[in-house]
Amino acid sequence: MKSTKTLHGAHHPLANNDRQLEVLEMESGIPSFPHRLEASGLFPLKPTGIDILQINMGYMCNQTCKHCHVDAGPDRKEIMTSDTMNELLTLVEKNHFPTIDLTGGAPEMNPDFRWFIEEIRKRDKACKIIVRCNLTIILANKSYNDLPQFYKHHHLEIVSSLPFYNADRTDRQRGEGVFMQSVMALQMLNEAGYGKPDSGLILNLVYNPSGAFLPADQALLENDFKKELKNNYDIEFNNLFAITNMPISRFLDYLMQTNNFHKYMQKLVNAFNPAAAAGVMCRNTISVGWDGNLYDCDFNQMLGLKTEDGMPQHIRDFDLEQLNNRSIVINQHCFGCTAGSGSSCGGAVA
Amino acid sequence: MDTYYNPDDLYKFGNITEFQKALGDKFFSWYNEVFKDSALSAKEKSLIALAVAHAVQCPYCIDAYSNDAVEKGYNNEQMMEAVHVAAAIRGGASLVHGVQMMNKVKDISM
Repeated sequence: MKSTKTLHGAHHPLANNDRQLEVLEMESGIPSFPHRLEASGLFPLKPTGIDILQINMGYMCNQTCKHCHVDAGPDRKEIMTSDTMNELLTLVEKNHFPTIDLTGGAPEMNPDFRWFIEEIRKRDKACKIIVRCNLTIILANKSYNDLPQFYKHHHLEIVSSLPFYNADRTDRQRGEGVFMQSVMALQMLNEAGYGKPDSGLILNLVYNPSGAFLPADQALLENDFKKELKNNYDIEFNNLFAITNMPISRFLDYLMQTNNFHKYMQKLVNAFNPAAAAGVMCRNTISVGWDGNLYDCDFNQMLGLKTEDGMPQHIRDFDLEQLNNRSIVINQHCFGCTAGSGSSCGGAVA
Repeated sequence: MDTYYNPDDLYKFGNITEFQKALGDKFFSWYNEVFKDSALSAKEKSLIALAVAHAVQCPYCIDAYSNDAVEKGYNNEQMMEAVHVAAAIRGGASLVHGVQMMNKVKDISM
């Protein structure tokens, strides 16, 4: 797998959050997201609760995907420490979140990844723990080969990106050779029981467009993926989540380099769906950064947009009641979550 | 006007109602109905539209339905096969008239 530099590693101007926000806010002919939300009666956007604690365990990754909103890659050094994890364990014990969603980078590259999961399970046996596994990490070196067994032992739910059911579109987005390695990893997960009917071991895949276009109907795509992956590679999985690419970070860079930025933003705006806006994931999620900072979602985290001023902004100050009364921080990139059937870490929302 | 075709004009398609509203409205209402899921799925109709767009060689339609077909999850091979179907019908349409040519030649030949 060929490794390329992240925007941060290349000292690219878009590695700067302020620059990204400036690009998004200055684009002419694009209406303001807050105004659009206001017209739908959803402004200010308020949470419905905190059902999902999404934890970003670090930006290090063995892949450098072209669309990555995290700008993750092998050269990123930001990683969650065991001290921060201990603070999170106290929170988990106190609040019993229904879902804990572990993401990165590749969360498995955090040296305390396994310990952290074991400790979560000691404190909460019932909660759903999701790991966003990029698949190729399972084959990245021998020490990761037993990950399917580890996931199974702790009854983790796996969510993995596979932008298309063939090598061409997958490798264009995720890097040369990623598709075939992902196929091998999926076969290993199937072998452990993941994605198999009645195993209770959930394996969900994520489709996101490999270019400047929007995802199709999630159910239709799921049918195509199930048929093609089963016929060609004997792979099974549970559900496919269709996710829209967010116009930030490396995908923003791609849009600008290919002169697609304005057209893509117009597409998102034209597809604005109030029903999708009402169901956005930031309404029932709180996102924790590798350093313990709090954000309304993983996208805001990558833009450095912390939770509202005056509200808890770090896990050490976590207060469920206060956070449930916050206003969600929004900006122009939010059009990405409200287009068409909507987009969340769990796929379509409307 | 520098060129006959401007990609931005695609997004102004709806403006044709400015000069004739009643007919334009009827066209768009019918058009939207045509592309809904029905006896054929919206996905199948998208691929038919892509093939027809190439048969009628409409740059706006090729732009719109290349985008639509990719969004609907068709892969590159499927889309190119649809274009080959359009090309085969166009080519066949010329060639099948060869029978007329042959008939004529036979009519006037000893």
